[in-house]
Amino acid sequence: MQLNENAAAPNAVISVESLSKRYGNKLAVDNVSFQVHSGEIVGFLGRNGAGKTTTMNMLTGYISSSGGSAKVCGFDILSDPFEVKKRVGYLPELPPLYMDMTVKEYLSFCCDIKHIDKAHHKSQMDEVCETMKIQDMRKRLVKNLSKGYKQRVGMAQALLGNPEVLILDEPTVGLDPRQIIEIRNLIKRLGKAHTVILSSHILNEVEDVCERVVIIDQGHIVAQDTMENLAQNVSGVTRMTMRVMGGDKQVMRAIHDVEGVTFVDELGVKEPGCMDYIVECVRNSDARKTLFYTMAKMNKPIMQLRPHDVTLEDIFMQLTTADNGESEG
Amino acid sequence: MLAVYKRELQAFFFSPIAYVFMGFFLLVTGLFFAATNVMSSQASYSTMLGNMSFLFMLLVPVLTMRLLSEERKNKTDQLLLTAPVSVTSIVLGKYFAALTVFALTLVLSFIYPLVLFAFGNPSFAEILTGYIGFFLLGASLISVGLLISSMSENQVVSAVATFGVLLVLYLGGVDILMQLINVSWISTALNWFSVYNRYESFGQGLLGVAPIIYYISFCAAFLFLTVRSIERRRWSEV
Repeated sequence: MQLNENAAAPNAVISVESLSKRYGNKLAVDNVSFQVHSGEIVGFLGRNGAGKTTTMNMLTGYISSSGGSAKVCGFDILSDPFEVKKRVGYLPELPPLYMDMTVKEYLSFCCDIKHIDKAHHKSQMDEVCETMKIQDMRKRLVKNLSKGYKQRVGMAQALLGNPEVLILDEPTVGLDPRQIIEIRNLIKRLGKAHTVILSSHILNEVEDVCERVVIIDQGHIVAQDTMENLAQNVSGVTRMTMRVMGGDKQVMRAIHDVEGVTFVDELGVKEPGCMDYIVECVRNSDARKTLFYTMAKMNKPIMQLRPHDVTLEDIFMQLTTADNGESEG
Repeated sequence: MLAVYKRELQAFFFSPIAYVFMGFFLLVTGLFFAATNVMSSQASYSTMLGNMSFLFMLLVPVLTMRLLSEERKNKTDQLLLTAPVSVTSIVLGKYFAALTVFALTLVLSFIYPLVLFAFGNPSFAEILTGYIGFFLLGASLISVGLLISSMSENQVVSAVATFGVLLVLYLGGVDILMQLINVSWISTALNWFSVYNRYESFGQGLLGVAPIIYYISFCAAFLFLTVRSIERRRWSEV
């Protein structure tokens, strides 16, 4: 199911055209097409082994593709790999660090292989160290850094040379909650000046950081759209919880009779004297007002009415289980 | 290429590898030197170097095993291969770094012929020719080790495999053994690869063009294969 077939747009920084990668007789990435526009933060979402990393590895030129084509900043990944590599900063899943070097030596080496002008080495390194807050770590050996700092050094490496495109493979994996928030905020900031693709299997991360989501499952793109559109397309109902003082069976029946309500059930007592209900109603038929007046007429005050957003989790589960019967762990 | 070369050389000296290599080489050369030159009052240094070539087989894997295997194991090859540098320059950078460690070791080992000069009258040209030959021989063996290192991400596997291949190359140069194998194409093929035999003329003080070209093309062929081996893995669909 492809929800949004983008036509080749002129401002597409990355345009991928039926890209495939075959391993044995299994297609790790099967006919994947998508576009990323300038200044966008796009999230790759999928379970482990869905093909996120393989796609990223192909885009960055680490491995070759078996079929299809991809262009980054207008350069083909196969015929102009150097031009592509110059414009892409890549943070692989495991940051590619040399343990026997200090942070400064490592970044200096990265400047060299990225062909950054010798005169700009120092300013570039200062800049990325400041962005990643690793100024104090410059003289430390990489192997003695904590996981969080290693990740930051890896990210600093990707930022060197100020590339147009940043490709980040699971940038927050293995970090503690505070570091995760820091990295996410950083990615949001970076998204203002760079085009970013990031992969994740954490749903709320993508929800939080990305403007657009590409959902991959078993090598296929199952959906790609903005968060809002996805939520709308997937779910036909709005769900909410309602807390009514003195709620009983009669109240439930009354709720059920309200126009637009398709489902109601008791959730149990969460506050003394009150009953919680889960109410589902048809999308676009806002039943809240009617519910209010119905309850008021029955002299049963509504203590709380909270609509549920459709989470990416819902979308994800629906897309990856409904469409593909032969799912693998 | 220069960046890869510099980083590789640094890695050699920041890890024990360069010191183990140099130390062991100098120790064994010292023992051989004492046995062949000092004890028996001989001034022929090149013969000693020729004998060294057998033991060198054990040392080359130490030098080459981690060159490409470690990059793959630690996934740092992702950094190199996604940077705007060609595979050829990565391979050359690493090769020349290993070659530099080897050359440095040879320079240090020059202390032994100095002893000869102090007490005897050996031919400087002959010793120099011996060194040139030994350097070319070593360069060839290192290129074999580099190729094997590109094939495995396990350092131990690449070290043992390198040793095995070098042993076969060595045995291919042993005449008596070749006479036992009475199949002409095998001995012809092995003779073609007998890097060790080509050293003989250098040992006799002959600086021939043919063996020099042989060694250089040998290295070039193996470096080319190393590049292909890395490229092949990028295109692999297994």
